[in-house]
Amino acid sequence: MTFEPIDRVASVPPSGIRKFFELAEEYDDIISLGVGEPDFAPPWAARDAAIASLERGQTSYTANRGMRELREQIAVDARERYGLDYDADEEILVTSGASEAVDLAFRAFLDHGDSVAIAQPCYVSYVPGARFTGAEVVDVPTRAADEFKLTREVLESSGAADAEVLVMCYPNNPTGATMTREELEPVAEFAREHDLLVFSDEIYSELSYEHDHASIATLPGMRERTVVFNGFSKAYAMTGLRLGYALAPPEATEAMNRIHQYTMLSAPTTAQYAAVEALDTCDDDVREMRAQYDRRRNFVLSRFEEMGIDCFPAAGAFYAFPECPWDDSDEFAEALLEEERVAVVPGDVFGAGGEGHLRVSYATSLSDLKTAMARIESFIS
Amino acid sequence: MSDREEILALLRENARYSTEDLARQTDLSESEVEAAVEALESEGVIKGYQAVVDWDKVEPERVRAAVELNVTLDRETGYDDIAERLAKFPEVQGLRLVSGDYDFAMEVEGDSMSQVSRFISEKVAPVPEITQTVTHYIMESYKERGVEFGDGHDDDRLSISP
Repeated sequence: MTFEPIDRVASVPPSGIRKFFELAEEYDDIISLGVGEPDFAPPWAARDAAIASLERGQTSYTANRGMRELREQIAVDARERYGLDYDADEEILVTSGASEAVDLAFRAFLDHGDSVAIAQPCYVSYVPGARFTGAEVVDVPTRAADEFKLTREVLESSGAADAEVLVMCYPNNPTGATMTREELEPVAEFAREHDLLVFSDEIYSELSYEHDHASIATLPGMRERTVVFNGFSKAYAMTGLRLGYALAPPEATEAMNRIHQYTMLSAPTTAQYAAVEALDTCDDDVREMRAQYDRRRNFVLSRFEEMGIDCFPAAGAFYAFPECPWDDSDEFAEALLEEERVAVVPGDVFGAGGEGHLRVSYATSLSDLKTAMARIESFIS
Repeated sequence: MSDREEILALLRENARYSTEDLARQTDLSESEVEAAVEALESEGVIKGYQAVVDWDKVEPERVRAAVELNVTLDRETGYDDIAERLAKFPEVQGLRLVSGDYDFAMEVEGDSMSQVSRFISEKVAPVPEITQTVTHYIMESYKERGVEFGDGHDDDRLSISP
C-alpha cells in the first residue's frame, strides 16, 4: 500500500507562487510587492468584537449556513451596496473564506467530463479547484488590449460556448481590471445564450476606484444562473480569519451547503462575530483603506508611466499589471529579486494571458513603494 | 473627496510628502498641488507643519502637563480674552475651550516639573478670571496626533502570496 495520489491530483502542478515564495524567502531584506493580502489590520472594532466573543466563550459551532444575525446583515449589505437581493435564510451561505465557497460550487456543480470556462489571468485556485472535480478547463485568456476585461469576442474564440460553467473575477486579481455594468452586459448575454452557469468571484468588490462595483448577477436573467462569491478578507483585511460567503438561488446554496455541512460544519465562529461588527460599524475604516489604496495606485501608475513601462490604468483590487520590460517575465522577476531585492510576481503564474506581465501589489506602505519603484527604475535603466 | 480634502488628508498623514509625490498620489499635476497647498496655507486652513516627537526618547526630557482651568466671565471679559492672554505664554502648547466640568483644557510644556509648577502658580493662577486650576503631569505618551508610539507590529505577511 502506498500513498499514490489519484491522477487528477497528481496532474495539478504546485502553484507557481510557491516557487517564487521560496526564492524570495532566501533574502531577508526584500521589499515585497508580491503580497496578495492587505497590509492593514482588520478594523479595531471588528477585532475587539472577536476578542469579546472569546471572552464570553462564544466558540461553539454556528448554524451550517452561518449565524443568522450575520446572514441578515450580509443580505442588507449586498442589497444596499450592489443591488444584490438575497434571502438570509435560503440564499446566503457563510463559508471559511470565499475560497471554500468557490470550491463548494465547483464540487456541487462540476462533474467528470464537464467543461468549465475560466477567465484568465486569475486567482491561482480556480484552475486546480476545477481540475480536482475532474472537469475539463477551457482557458479564456483576456487581453492587455482590452485592459484584461472579459469580452464576448474572447469568450467566443476560446470555445466557452460549449462549457457548463463560466468562472470570472472582477475586480481582478492579478490584473486589477474592473468591469462596468455596460461591459458586463455582453458577457451576460453570452451566458444566457449558451445557458452557462456563472461563478462570479467579487471578493475585491469594495476596491473599485473609478466606478461603482457592478455584479453580473444584477443583470437581467442572470440571478438564476449566478453564484456570487464575496467575503471579509479584502474589504475588512480579515484574510487569516477565513470568512467568506456565497449568494445564490436556494437550490444552489442548498447543494453547496450539503457539502459544507459534512465537511466544514460551519465557518469559524470567532470570525463570524468579527464580521457582524465589521458590517455594522466599520464603513469608515473601509472608506479610509480604499482611499489609501487609491493614492498608492495613482502613485504606482504614475511611476510606471515616468519609467516608460506600459501599464493600463488598473481600476480595482490592489494590483497593477504592467507589461514586463523583458521578454521573459520569470527571468525578469528573478533578476529583480536578486539584484534589487524587490519581489514582484511574473504574470504567467496566473494562467493564460498573463505571460509578459508582472503583478505588482500596492498593498504595502507608500515609503516601501517609493523605494521599490526607485529600485525598479534603476534596474531597468 | 475634493482635491483640497485629498491634499489635506495626505499632508496630515505625512507633511513631508514632496509636491512630486503628492501629485503622483492624486489626479493632480504638480502645479495644481502647489496651488492647492498655497491656498490652504493662505486661507489659514493649514496653520503649520510640525514633527510628532516622542519626548521620552529625547534628552533632555521635556515635562508636559494637561491643565484644567475654570474661569468666571464678566461683562468686559469673555473666553476669547482669557484665551488670548494665556496663549501668549510660550509654555502653553495647546489651549482649547471644552464642554464639561471645566472651561479650558490647556497643555503646558517645560524643562522640569518645578518650572511647570511655577508657571502655573505664578503666571496662570493669578489671572483674575481664573478661579481654579488642576494640573495633571503627563507620565507617558502612547499616541499623539494619530501617531501611535509603540514599536508597531512587523509585517508578518508571507512575502509572496496568491
